Amino acid sequence: MFTQANETKLDEIITHYPVKRSAVLPALYIAQEEHGYVTDDDVKYIAQRLDMRVNEVEEVVTFYTMYSRKPVGKYKLQVCRTLSCALLGAEKIAEHIEHKLHIGMGETTADGKFTLMEVECLGFCDLAPCLQVNFDYHEKVTTDSVDQLIDGLK
Amino acid sequence: MTKVLTNRFHLKGQACDIDVYKQTGGYQALPKALKEFQPDQIIEEVKKSALRGRGGAGFPTGMKWSFVPKESKRPKYVVCNADESEPGTGKDRDLMRYDPHQLIEGMIIAGFALGSNTSYIYIRGEYWFIKEILEKAIAQAYAQGYLGKNILGSGFDHEMYVHPGAGAYICGEETALLESLEGKRGHPRLKPPFPAVVGLYGGPTVVNNVETLAVVPHIIMNGGEWYKSLGTEKSGGTKLFTVSGHVNNPGNFEVPMGYPLMSLINNECGGISGGRKLKAVIPGGSSVPILTAEECQNITMDYESVAAAGSMLGSGGVIVMDETADIFESTMNLTHFYKHESCGWCTPCREGTRWLYKVFERMKRYEGRPGDVELLYDLADKILGKSFCALGDAAAMPVQSAIKKFREDFDRRIKHNLIQIAKAAD
Repeated sequence: MFTQANETKLDEIITHYPVKRSAVLPALYIAQEEHGYVTDDDVKYIAQRLDMRVNEVEEVVTFYTMYSRKPVGKYKLQVCRTLSCALLGAEKIAEHIEHKLHIGMGETTADGKFTLMEVECLGFCDLAPCLQVNFDYHEKVTTDSVDQLIDGLK
Repeated sequence: MTKVLTNRFHLKGQACDIDVYKQTGGYQALPKALKEFQPDQIIEEVKKSALRGRGGAGFPTGMKWSFVPKESKRPKYVVCNADESEPGTGKDRDLMRYDPHQLIEGMIIAGFALGSNTSYIYIRGEYWFIKEILEKAIAQAYAQGYLGKNILGSGFDHEMYVHPGAGAYICGEETALLESLEGKRGHPRLKPPFPAVVGLYGGPTVVNNVETLAVVPHIIMNGGEWYKSLGTEKSGGTKLFTVSGHVNNPGNFEVPMGYPLMSLINNECGGISGGRKLKAVIPGGSSVPILTAEECQNITMDYESVAAAGSMLGSGGVIVMDETADIFESTMNLTHFYKHESCGWCTPCREGTRWLYKVFERMKRYEGRPGDVELLYDLADKILGKSFCALGDAAAMPVQSAIKKFREDFDRRIKHNLIQIAKAAD
């Protein structure tokens, strides 16, 4: 079950499509927004809600990289590693965050606040290097601006 | 230089408001299309414009539209491909965040021309803030009668929705996008049938890139001939280029088709960073063959000229690399991308991209074996033209072109060669 507000939102989204199943990606975003990641119960519930089999939902979740089936930090620090960002120092940004937070790529800080992730092209190539924190974009980042940004996240 | 699509960019997002859009000439093309044009005449006008698909393939838009059957038992759909994920490309991002109504108006006109009552904008999940911008703009368009039932009293109905992807490059491939929109994994479909005949939910479907659809209102207002005259004979109109990498002023620039590549780099982008020397350019997004500095000198940015130089205009993502760049490293970076994004559906791409990367990894440690450069080239050959969709080709072409043109950057990574170099130095 989702919150009443999200149930209403999902009901509305389902009306966008001639088949309920089309709402699976939006439904998974709702699950992730509520629980931080997609839980086993979410998978079962979404399957029931959209007339899908559990494995059909599972195969969708595991295909798309923006969903997580494990708990992640409150803030997902997603460093773009693809060419345009790499040419302008993305690797240095990633290493800087690793040292600052004492975690490796794909790891979460002990307090559950930050998860560091390496992601492929975010579409901000002309504003490289780029860092996405949850859904927020940060362009032309430097080690200094990353410090300020991370220190400011509560 | 005439600008078509970026005239509202300087408003920095104010044109997201429908009233600002209308004050600056917006929503004039839609009433004109509904009153003065028959659907077929719109398709003819788009054909005249020589507009070609701006997502990367460059297929003539009017022709694509004409493949949609007039009569269909199943509903027809217009789908906007806003899954912009081609490395080096960020133009659709600005077209949507600075001027969402331009796209929406183009989509409604496309719907009218094709006899479609429903359209979707499939936008990459990372662009969540743009999804919200589009949803607000669509709500305004409904409120003012540009969407919904009986649009402007014409009897034409059209509904429009935004659908988020969730981080899969493959969903930019039009049939994988349709699978994804139907709530499945983004695996490409066998073609034919092409989406124009059997597409979304089995209905005839036109899938067009953001930039392509955003041009449509301008063709209605000023005519196909006018749009064509802005570009070259075979590549009509203007084009947005995203320039990234080693330039002083990277960004999105709208220039006429046929604009010289070096002018784009030196004028629009203020030249190479730090006054260094140009080494290479990837002219159309990461999937296209790389060009040497020498090859760039006389290229104009249109489909024919870039093809004649052995590359492709693609999505218009221009990645510039100066003399400090190592083409082995840059090619390895992109191979990682394709390995990660290969959807796993077909063997040549799934296995080939992983194997390529494995060879790159040992070469990166300067432990390449004699014959590894040839092995990379041969592996790419085994993917090229043999994969289920174009992702395989996109992974293979950069590798082959980089080896052909920048062989020394690869040879340096072979252990045997290093020993020879060290011996010679002794």
